[in-house]
Order: sequence, then structure tokens, then C-alpha cells
Amino acid sequence: MIATLPLAAEGGHHSVPLVDPGAADGVLGLVWLVIALPLAGAVVLLVGGRRTDRWGHWLGTATVAASFALSVAMLVALLGREEGDRQVGRHLWDWVSVGDYRVGMDLLYDPLSALFLLLITGVSTLIHVYSIGYMAHDARRRRFFGYLNLFVAAMLLLVLAADYLGVFLGWEGVGLASYLLIGFWQHKPSAAAAAKKAFVINRVGDIGMSLAIMLMFVTFGTTAFAGVSAAAGEAPESTMTAIGLLLLLGACGKSAQVPLQAWLLDAMEGPTPVSALIHAATMVTAGVYLVTRSNFVFENAPVAQTAVVVVACVTLLWGAVIGCAKDDIKKVLAGSTMSQIGYMMLAAGLGPAGYAFAIFHLLTHGFFKANMFLGAGSVMHGTGDDVDMRHYGALRRAMPVTFLTFAMGYLAIIGFPGFSGFWSKDKIVEAAIGENYLVGAAALVGAGVTAFYMTRLMLMTFFGEARWEPGVHPHESPKVMTVPLLVLAALSVLGGLLLLGDWIVDWLTPVVGPVEHHELPVPVWAITLLVTAVVAVGVAVAVLLVGRRPVPREAPRDVSFATRAARADLYGDAINHGLVVAPGGALVRGLVATDRHGVDGVVEGGSGLVGALSDVLRRAQNGYVRTYALSVLGGAVIVVLAMVAVSW
Amino acid sequence: MIAFWLLAPVMVVAALGVLFVRKAVHAALLLAVVMIGLAVLYAALEAPFLFAVQIVVYTGAIMMLFLFVLMLVGVDASDSVVETIRGQRVLAVVVGGAFAALVGVLLGQVTLGTAVGLEGANEGGNIEGLADVLFSRYVLAFEATAALLVTAALGAMVLAHRERLTPRETQADRARARVRLYGEGGEHLGPKAAPGVYARHNAVDTPALLPDGTPAESSVPSIISARGTARSAPAYRDVDAVVGQLEAADHDRADGDPRRRRSGDTQATGDADRARADGAADGARDGAPGGGDA
Amino acid sequence: MDDLTPYLVLSAILFSIGAVGVLVRRNAIVVFMCVELMLNASNLALVVFAKQHGNLEGQVAAFFVMVVAAAEVVVGLAIIMTIFRSRRSASVDDASLLKY
Repeated sequence: MIATLPLAAEGGHHSVPLVDPGAADGVLGLVWLVIALPLAGAVVLLVGGRRTDRWGHWLGTATVAASFALSVAMLVALLGREEGDRQVGRHLWDWVSVGDYRVGMDLLYDPLSALFLLLITGVSTLIHVYSIGYMAHDARRRRFFGYLNLFVAAMLLLVLAADYLGVFLGWEGVGLASYLLIGFWQHKPSAAAAAKKAFVINRVGDIGMSLAIMLMFVTFGTTAFAGVSAAAGEAPESTMTAIGLLLLLGACGKSAQVPLQAWLLDAMEGPTPVSALIHAATMVTAGVYLVTRSNFVFENAPVAQTAVVVVACVTLLWGAVIGCAKDDIKKVLAGSTMSQIGYMMLAAGLGPAGYAFAIFHLLTHGFFKANMFLGAGSVMHGTGDDVDMRHYGALRRAMPVTFLTFAMGYLAIIGFPGFSGFWSKDKIVEAAIGENYLVGAAALVGAGVTAFYMTRLMLMTFFGEARWEPGVHPHESPKVMTVPLLVLAALSVLGGLLLLGDWIVDWLTPVVGPVEHHELPVPVWAITLLVTAVVAVGVAVAVLLVGRRPVPREAPRDVSFATRAARADLYGDAINHGLVVAPGGALVRGLVATDRHGVDGVVEGGSGLVGALSDVLRRAQNGYVRTYALSVLGGAVIVVLAMVAVSW
Repeated sequence: MIAFWLLAPVMVVAALGVLFVRKAVHAALLLAVVMIGLAVLYAALEAPFLFAVQIVVYTGAIMMLFLFVLMLVGVDASDSVVETIRGQRVLAVVVGGAFAALVGVLLGQVTLGTAVGLEGANEGGNIEGLADVLFSRYVLAFEATAALLVTAALGAMVLAHRERLTPRETQADRARARVRLYGEGGEHLGPKAAPGVYARHNAVDTPALLPDGTPAESSVPSIISARGTARSAPAYRDVDAVVGQLEAADHDRADGDPRRRRSGDTQATGDADRARADGAADGARDGAPGGGDA
Repeated sequence: MDDLTPYLVLSAILFSIGAVGVLVRRNAIVVFMCVELMLNASNLALVVFAKQHGNLEGQVAAFFVMVVAAAEVVVGLAIIMTIFRSRRSASVDDASLLKY
């Protein structure tokens, strides 16, 4: 239905900026060092082994912090350049050279990469610091930091590569790191299973990604951003649609969008800093990065763009609904992450009207979601690793710092006026309404539901009466954990400043083109008011339903169908099982049976036949020399017979 | 051709005889007939050297070898002409007949024409002609046959040679062993009775009689007993006969109860048996230290 | 003295008899004799061919056959002796262990 509406109809062939980087100089020439530092850290920590146990976490934090410092320096350098000169390329070495196909290990540093670099290295630094405290009692802390460094290096490669193949390398690298970190507590079967699930579902998306890269190579003969962006306009629309849909599939896998969303909630089995860094702030936003970076593809593939919007709308509601029913604090946040990434994808799918706001929301979400995950980690740290919100309550007095920082994140995500989420989400809803009323309505409803479940989370965790487990004495976390919380809380509050004077929009213009403003039926302030009102309704409902009555310590059983469905992740696993796992299993069993009875049967039957035949034929070897002599004479007879026949 | 027509039927019959006679010696003799016939045919075919060689080598040497081996192997059950492999004989005759028939057909197809004859080749003498060919064109093959013959001789020697694995048993060893057996089991130390001793027939197939008149089976060679051709020693009958003669003589001279005498005789025989058993036991007792000394 | 075909027929008959003898007799020595019979039959053919063609090569070939036959008999009889010594049998059917 949405596809029939004039969605992005006029978006088609406007001025899509080309990727045409200039030469790197000065501090920008050191861009490779941003990746190399965490990579070296990972190598030292993982190869060094137990020798590095004592100082490994400091090294891991230091490398990321150094990368952050370098990123800041590079941003300053980039700011010093003229607006049209803000794409910088750096050729490191020739990577693949086959015939006409050449892939260099090229890095591209432009405003988009710059923002991602700051987000990744900045949030990573904070989370590394936090992890020093959070993982203090884990015997394998050094390995944890090695994996984290590996992840940071791969993620930085993902956002810095100037070629889809390079992006794919980073893409797989973060997938590997994600797998290792989800299953970090591999002694828990649930963690091992969750890691496997994430890995397998991500493979589905990665197939889409790799197919898209192959299709690009076939179509354009190159996979570099520069080459593809230059040639994208000339390619047939069907090809571009295929590439776009395949890229979307890859983005769905990595960003946990419907239909490849099922792994994200299970991924919460990993340590909480991992959930904060990988499964909230950075890696799961790689899909948004991919769509935004590939704007030259999607601008030429309206159908794929529409698909992005549809997937995003479904996901943002899907995640929000799941968030409403979960009692596990991390799973509520995971559902919220799905939903918020849905918002970003929605904005990215809206085309030039939304790219900048997608990135804007991505940044603010990175701040406040990392903040809230770390806050949740702090809560768990204080309550003996309990994740059930029904066992919380009245923690605001026991953990004041955590409560205050969490509250900042809460206000930011529901879009409380003035906080960062207010600015970014408001812009997305505005753009969605300007594009299509149905999409706008979905975004609006999502905002209300978000307000509901986040308020529920706040009320169940920090307010009401204490429902703690016996023997649990909640306490505030150490400084090494609260300081990052404070920094992130500040960013959650102040993130909106990026929009001041439309700075971020102008900043991203060289990458995604200027923002198109749609004519809105109502003034902008009215929409803002509407969004705020919906959020207020959501908060009010939550206060009425959760805050006004006691929270049972056991989840009620006699609940509506909708609640049951939401608790079961809206039957995502069942759908996967029914559509993929069961038919796949049946197919494999069929193939095994065919192999065992058909192929093996032919082979073994053949050998059996030969065996049976030889069982009969070997009777000729009866050991009697006279029988052999008889056969010799028989042969002589045949020879003579032949001679007679010839001379007849 | 007269020689041919005279000899050919004889040779064929002799050859068939090789197939059918039971005894290998007869087969060898029949084969000799065929070979001599062949030698004559060689002579008729202007091959005097081969005639001589056939007689000397084949009939003289090879057939003699056969006969020697036959002598060594002896009579054997394999001489039987009963077929043991099912269908072998029928198939052999069929295939052999087919072979002969086919070769015959083949010969019928060709026309040999007039033979060139060996008058020219044998002009300087048959042996000289053969030597000419043998030592010029076939000299290498000839040398090779020399090697073959040496190898065959060596091979035959190796095959026929029997390695002695234990030291040769001397007379002293045998004496010692006998005394040991006597010491362990009381076996008779002295020589065994020779056949025919005290028996009426002094022949190798007649068991000797022990002093009590019973036949000693061990005095007859085991091969004869195994073959079942050993004669029975009519021990009692002979003794009875002698006793009867004596009684008859007694009867003539004085009255007496022959029955009583006979029972006494029997008694005496039982005493002799007992005495022999005692003697053996004594021997065992006395002989043990003696055996140890030996 | 013109047509030598009867000689060849005789040779063929003797050869066939020898062959059948190899197949039907069980005594290894008699089997060996039959082999000799076959060799002699072929010798006859060779001598006949020598006369037919008027050169002595056939006779030389027959001579070689005799030499080889002599060597073969020596070794063959030695083998028969050895087998007889260990198995107490000269039957070719008794040596039938090498089978399926």
C-alpha cells in the first residue's frame, strides 16, 4: 500500500554528491593509525597471553583513547578545510589485483566518517573505562579487552573503508567480534547458543551484502565508492533496485531489522558493556551507515528505498511492542534499540530528507542508549547480576548516581523537550509525516509506545517499593563506572546541540546532499507539540498502569494475547523456525536420506555386485592344475579356430 | 613312407596306451616305444643326427630319469584312472578332440606341395650342416642353452638336497636310548626276536614264538603287518601237535591220562606267564640304576 | 616321398593325445610323460618342416627343443620328488591349496 503512494517520487535524480576524495595531508594522513592502534592492542592482548594479564585492560583502554584523540585532531583538521574539500582519501596498499579489478586498501575520511569515528572511539573509550570496573572480577578480563579492541578496529575499518570490499572486511570483523563477545561467558549454554544464533542470522545478511558487492562488480567493474557513485546514475533501475534490496538485506542482518531481528534480544547474554557498545551504540547502527553511505545507490532505486521505509516502520513498532512486555531490563533496552534503529532506518529510507537526521539520531541514540545500558549494568552490578526488573524497585536512593544518569538517558529517549532525543526524533517524525501520513503515524505511535515502556522501566527499577531478592543490598558502583555514566549522561542531555543552526545538516551535505524540505500541512511547531503530546500520553499510561499499583514479583500468567506475543518476541523465533529452520531441516534430512540410500546405495550396491560376481567367478580358481591346463588348451583351440577361420 | 605307415599306427596305439594304462611304469615303456618310433621317423626324414640324439637323450637319458623317479616314488594311489574332478575327463576329450580336428582341418586347407628335400642341405654331411647353422646363426641361443642346462642341474641339486638338521645318531646314542627306555619303562633291553624263531616257518612274514609259545607280533616288520600279509603263527597247534605225537608215543609205551598231562601243561604255561611278568618287574627294579649309569 | 602331410597329421594326433593325457592323468610323473609326448610331437613337425623347406633350421629348432626338454625334465622331476617327499603323494590334484 505504501509503495503505491507517491513516496519519494520527486526524490529520484536530484544532485547526489559524488564520492571524489582529495589527497590526505597533515594529521589526516594518519587516518590509518586510528584503525591500527586498537588492532595492535588486540594483537598484543590476544597473542601476548597471560603475560599481559596485569596491564592488558589499561593497554586496551589506552589504544582506544589514543584513537579518540586522533579522531578529534582529525576532525579539527577537517573543520579547517573548505566545505567542498572535505573528502580525504588515503591509499595504503593494493589489496586485490585481478585483471581489471583492483581493490586498494583505501580509506575515506569525510564528514560522515568523522562523526562515526568520534562516536565509536569516544563511546568505546568510555565503555573501556567502565569495563575496567565492571569486569574487574572476571578471570578473563584481558581477553575481553582484546576482543573489544578487535571490535573497535573492525568497526573503524567498516566506517573508514573507501570500497565496499573493505566495508565487507570490517563488516565481517565486527560480526566475529560480536560473536566472540556475546559468547564471552561461554560456560553458559545460553550464551553459547545466543552467540551462534547471532552469527548464523548475520550470515544471512552477509550473503545479501556479498551478493550486492558481486552485483556491483558485474555491473560497474568496480566496488569502490567513487566508481559506483559515479556510475550509479547510468545503470538500469532494475539492477540498482537489486543492489539496493541486497544491501538492505545486509543492513537488516547487522542492524537487527525485521525479518532478521531475532538475534538481538538473545545477544544480551553477553556482558553489559558489550551490549552497550556493540548492540546499542555502534555495530547495530552499521546498517544505517551502509544505507546512508550508499545513498547514491538508493537514490537511483526508489523501490529499494520504499522497502527500507517499510522494514523500518515494522521494526520500530515491533521492537517497541517487545519492549513493553519484557521484564529483563536488558531485553527491554534491546527491544528499544531495535525500535530506535528502526527510526534511523526510516530516516535513511526517506532519502535526502532524512539522511542527516538518521545520522543525528544515530549519534544521540549512541549516547543515551550506551548511557542506559551502562546504567543497567551498574544496576545489575549493585544487585548481584539480577536482570529481572520485578526484583528491583526503589533503587533511586541506593544508587543515586546511576539513577540520575539513567534518568537523563530516559528523558532523552522519550524525547523530553530540550534533551537530545527530542531534537533527533522530532526531526524524523517531521520528515516522515512530510513524506507519507501512514509512515508518520507509525513513527508517532512508536514514540508514544517508547515513552510507555521506558517509563515502565524507570518506575519498576527506581521507584515503588523495594522488591529485592533476599540478601541483596544494592550499592552504588565504583567511580571507574560512574564517571563514564556521567559523561554519557551529559552527552545525552547536550547531544541536541549538534542541531544548533542546522550544523549537522550542513556538515553532512557533502556526503548526502542538501536536505529537502517537504511542505507540511501544519506548521512545524504543531508537529513538535503533537509528538510531545503523544509522549506525554505514553508516560501517563505507564504511570497509571505501573506506577499506581504494586508490581507483582512474579510475572502474571493470565495476560492478554498481545502481552503473551510480546513476551515471546512477537513469535520471531517461531516464524524463523517455521519458515527457515524446519524446512531447512527437512531438506537436509531428505538430502541425507538421498545420499545414504541413493548415492551410497549405488556405490555400495556396485561394490556388492562386484563382490558377489567375484564370489562366483573365484570358483574358477579351484586349485587343480589340470583344470587350469584345460583352460589353456581351450585357449589354444580358440587360437586354432581363429587361424582356421582366417584361412578358410 | 613304408616306415611311416608301419610305425604310425604303432605309435598312436602306444600313445593312447599312455593315456589308459594304470601303472606309470607301463606308461613309461609305452612312451619309449613312441620315442623310438619317432627316432626312426627322423632317420626317414633325413635327420640322422636327431635320430641319434632322440635315441640317446630321450630314450636313453630322459626315460631313464623317469624310471628312476618312478622307482623312488613307488606305487601310488594317483595311478588310479578314476576321475575326481567333475566333468574333467569329458571336457578334456572334447577339447582335445576339437583341437585335433581343427588342426586336421587346418592341414587339409594347406597344400604342402613337393618337399624340397634335404639332399642339398645334407651335402657336406648332416652333422656338419647342423653345426654350420648352430654355431653361426644360433650360436647365441646355443650358449644360452648351456647356461640353461647348468642352471637346471644346479636347481635339481638344490631341490633334491636334504639338509641334515640334527647330528647323526651313532650306535652309542642308540644303545644309550635303549637303556634309558629300559630304566624308565622296563622295556626289553636285549634285541627283539627275529621272525621265525621257534616257529615252524623260518620266514620273514612269520612271527617268532615266545618261550611260552605265543607269537611275538613285534618280530614281524611293521610294513608286513600293515599290509596284512603276515602269516599267523600256529603256536598252540604246533605245540599241541608235538604234544599229541609225544602222547601217542607214550600211549604206546605206558598207560597214562593224556587229559591230565594236558592240564598240567596248561598249568605250566600259566606259570611261565607269571614268571615272565615277575622278571619284567625285577628288571625294572634292577635296571633303574643301571640305566642311570648308562 | 613327395607329400609329407601324413607326418604332420601324426604329429597333430600325438600332440592331442599328449594334451588329453595331461588333462586326465593324475600321477604327476605320467602327466610329465604326456608333456614330453607333446614336445616330441612338435619336434616331429619341426623335422618335417626342415625337409619340406630343404634347410636345416627346423632340425636345429628340434635340437633346441630337446635340450630345453632335458633341462625341464631334470627340474620338473626334482620338484616332483620334493613334493612327494613332503606330501607322500605324487598326485597333481593333491597340491591344490592355492585356491579361492
